[in-house]
Amino acid sequence: MSEEEPVRSIVTPTRLEYEFTAAGAHAEFLENVARGRLVGKRCPRCEKVYVPARPNCPRCGIATVESVEVSDRGTITTFCIVRVPSENIDLELPYCAANVLLDGSDMPFITLLQECRVEDVRIGMRVEAVWKPEEEWQPTFENIRHFRPCDEPDIPVEKLGAWV
Amino acid sequence: MRDVAVVSFAQTPYKRREDKLSEVEMVMSVVTRAIADSGIAKEEIGFTCSGSSDYIAGQAFAFVGAVDALGAWPPICESHVEMDGAWALYEAWVKIQCGAADSALVFAFGRASMGTLLETLTMQLDPYTLAPLGVDAVSLAALQARSLLDQGGVTERHWAEVAVRSRRDAKQNPDAQLAGDFEVEKLLAEPYRVSPLRRHDCPPISDGAAAVVIAAGDVARRASRRPVWIRGIDHRIEPHQPGVRDLTRSSSTSLAGRKAGVNPERLDLAELHAPFTPQEGILCDALGLGDGVRINPSGGPLAANPMMVAGLARIGEATRRIQAGDADRALAHATQGHCLQQNLVCVLEAD
Repeated sequence: MSEEEPVRSIVTPTRLEYEFTAAGAHAEFLENVARGRLVGKRCPRCEKVYVPARPNCPRCGIATVESVEVSDRGTITTFCIVRVPSENIDLELPYCAANVLLDGSDMPFITLLQECRVEDVRIGMRVEAVWKPEEEWQPTFENIRHFRPCDEPDIPVEKLGAWV
Repeated sequence: MRDVAVVSFAQTPYKRREDKLSEVEMVMSVVTRAIADSGIAKEEIGFTCSGSSDYIAGQAFAFVGAVDALGAWPPICESHVEMDGAWALYEAWVKIQCGAADSALVFAFGRASMGTLLETLTMQLDPYTLAPLGVDAVSLAALQARSLLDQGGVTERHWAEVAVRSRRDAKQNPDAQLAGDFEVEKLLAEPYRVSPLRRHDCPPISDGAAAVVIAAGDVARRASRRPVWIRGIDHRIEPHQPGVRDLTRSSSTSLAGRKAGVNPERLDLAELHAPFTPQEGILCDALGLGDGVRINPSGGPLAANPMMVAGLARIGEATRRIQAGDADRALAHATQGHCLQQNLVCVLEAD
């Protein structure tokens, strides 16, 4: 018995399944995305527009009511060049994760920037959504494959205000 | 010690599956109502504490998302416990005792319908020896029930009577999920779910949220016509491994009750967080509650058992009855873990 190796580790597989149900404002947002439209929600008090839509304004703590359609073009407010591989991300390295503030929206969200050399990415750069073919649209934000630079002059950093 | 009172309580109607409202929307509805009913301005509330579990939501840091419901700007002083909201209330009470705040908002939420609750609860167990076996909450409660039967003095009929009384009382509670008139004989004719427990011995799975505002002395007196004072509150825990405990007793509840100053002779009612019917008797014995104390007039956790919320809701339901003048003194109890592993006892009283 004393010759046996002590047990140093055990494997106990753990897996839990969830079925997420989008409710309220999230459901409305995804239904619009399935039609190729980006529709956010406006706070009735501070008038900020949130895309993706939020059921409430996190700043004011009140419900958002009015729906507001915004553009699928926007501006990079900050970005990160990823040079480290990750098990669940199948992208060629290096790639750029960027925060994009859509025209008409008041809150940037993180997205993938492609069709652009990472050396060329800049804060203030104008970008546009690249949608999947319409026949593949589903109620998911994955309808937008990625963002890419568009042929517009940069927004000067000082005009991006609090976002940079 | 500072006098601290519960001044308001709000809860959602509890449902098997809430698919119209997200967690943030559920939280917003109860927080907004609790603050409005508290008589205290939102900006004056000195501390906020929540209870929830990311395992229920299936999302890391889901509890941070709930802060969106608060309008936390300018920044607020906020905390969270990965526990039932009753323990969030305890943290808020300590904060007020320390003098760090004069009032606090406490809330809890759970949308268990998105996951497989019984499997999720298994994850609380020791990950080396028990969780890999897949033993679930109902099976463990059945082991506890079996040891009670073996010990004698209690029968399956007693448990069916608890279920019938709970569901009948729940008819008066518009937020309850499971209410109605049932017959003991018919329930006893049902097959076992996990012997010796039948379906009626087990709680429903519920989605919902609740919020409470508590406040110290003068703030509470100014805000509320009938503040409900927390005369004592204490929580105690037993070992994690069910095998080393005497499952027929709840020594942690007895100790928490003693420390909270429970005097059964002076109580009008008790809201007990006993998700399984046999546990109600264990708790009554542990706290010395006799026939003079009405148990779970709200219907209790057998009428709705929103995970992470049901304990806080016991404090809220007891408060509601005192505020309405139906009672002067009440006990509220919350539990966490399997087979009543951890217990909180709170004594509430009108002026």
